[in-house]
Amino acid sequence: MKVAIVKYNAGNIYSVDYALRRLGVTPVVTDDAGELLTADKVIFPGVGEAHTTMRYLKEHGLEDVIRSLRQPLLGICLGMQLMCRYSEEGGVDCLGIFDVDVKRFIPRKQADKVPHTGWNTLTSVRGGLFDAAQEGRFVYFVHSYYVPENVSTAAVTDYIHPFSAALHKDNFYATQFHPEKSGDTGEAILKNFLKL
Amino acid sequence: MLAKRIIPCLDVMDGVTVKGVNFINFRDAGDAVELGDRYSREGADELVYLDIAASHEGRKTFTDLVKNVAARLNIPFTVGGGINEMSDVDRLLNAGADKVSVNSAALRRPQLIEEIAAGFGSQVCVVAIDANYEDGRWLCYLNGGRIPTGRDLFQWAAEAEERGAGEILFTSMTHDGVRGGYANEALSTLSETLRIPVIASGGAGTKEHFRDAFLRGKADAALAAGVFHFGEISVGDLKAYLAQEGVNVRT
Repeated sequence: MKVAIVKYNAGNIYSVDYALRRLGVTPVVTDDAGELLTADKVIFPGVGEAHTTMRYLKEHGLEDVIRSLRQPLLGICLGMQLMCRYSEEGGVDCLGIFDVDVKRFIPRKQADKVPHTGWNTLTSVRGGLFDAAQEGRFVYFVHSYYVPENVSTAAVTDYIHPFSAALHKDNFYATQFHPEKSGDTGEAILKNFLKL
Repeated sequence: MLAKRIIPCLDVMDGVTVKGVNFINFRDAGDAVELGDRYSREGADELVYLDIAASHEGRKTFTDLVKNVAARLNIPFTVGGGINEMSDVDRLLNAGADKVSVNSAALRRPQLIEEIAAGFGSQVCVVAIDANYEDGRWLCYLNGGRIPTGRDLFQWAAEAEERGAGEILFTSMTHDGVRGGYANEALSTLSETLRIPVIASGGAGTKEHFRDAFLRGKADAALAAGVFHFGEISVGDLKAYLAQEGVNVRT
């Protein structure tokens, strides 16, 4: 199985690479359209800022490549947010795969710290990334922007208010949390993705 | 609900953890990767690796260690010690660290926080502050507590947040090593004034101390070294205790 990780100007994409190697898969990290189009699975990771990252994707012709993929694609964290319509981070139009806008967390009380940092629980899990074993389990988040609940929501987490912890539409999957940093629960979710 | 985090901290010199470790039947006691893996399996939520040598030669060893930790662990980890400029941040994040912790360099040149936040996002930037309580004030120190600055803890923490810090790691020099509990009053002041998470450090000796850091100090996370390394408290037991005491922890 050929797994490709989309290479772009984000921070730590190596943690996804390492996580796949722990599962016995050696991915290719690439921004080459041909490599991405012929992979069995594609992972679109993301640690960084929406505006500069979208600009990079456009400049490297990756915007249309990602949209045109028909094999299972997994967006992670910023990757998931960039798959939405628009992000309040930098006020930027994104890929528009999921028909929803990305919003900034607005604290309601002092204890509502932003970024949402740490381990929180998954509820209402559905779709191919999850099985019943992940319902109620903790996964690792670190983000200041969120995707509201919508028709594509595949898991819900509550911080300040409920938001989309995961999305799913056709061959497009995405998680707001970092499965590569979410212990055994995260590994189970990555395995589920590799089995799709 | 977001869980309170337990963070073992490992001081590393030449790839080996420095503070004494006396686990029974634990062969690789000093190996920083093995020890981190053990904590992870016991339920640690994150780890911090501090390069206490931070010498020119030691740097490469530490970078290699970071790569090995990233390859092995499936939980997040922060690295610190000797991070002075963006090239250090770049090197450590590319080695696989999730966050970097800056301390003296940020006090000397606060723009470093903005550079890290702009380059990699606030979420990777932990600002560590060592402060001592003296004459009714909390004052910040440089170089592991050796050089006084006269800067007020709360002012500096607020400035760090303003400049783009993603978390504040506050070590009370007054409480560190004493094992009489965390600086809960200062912690709760930080927690109630800052809009970013606060990590408590310095003073853990018993399980009750962790509970108090969360319930009285209102900390988002608690860091400790000695009590874990000497095997006095296991992370697993601690989390079971905290859950019983009404603290929301990941189990």
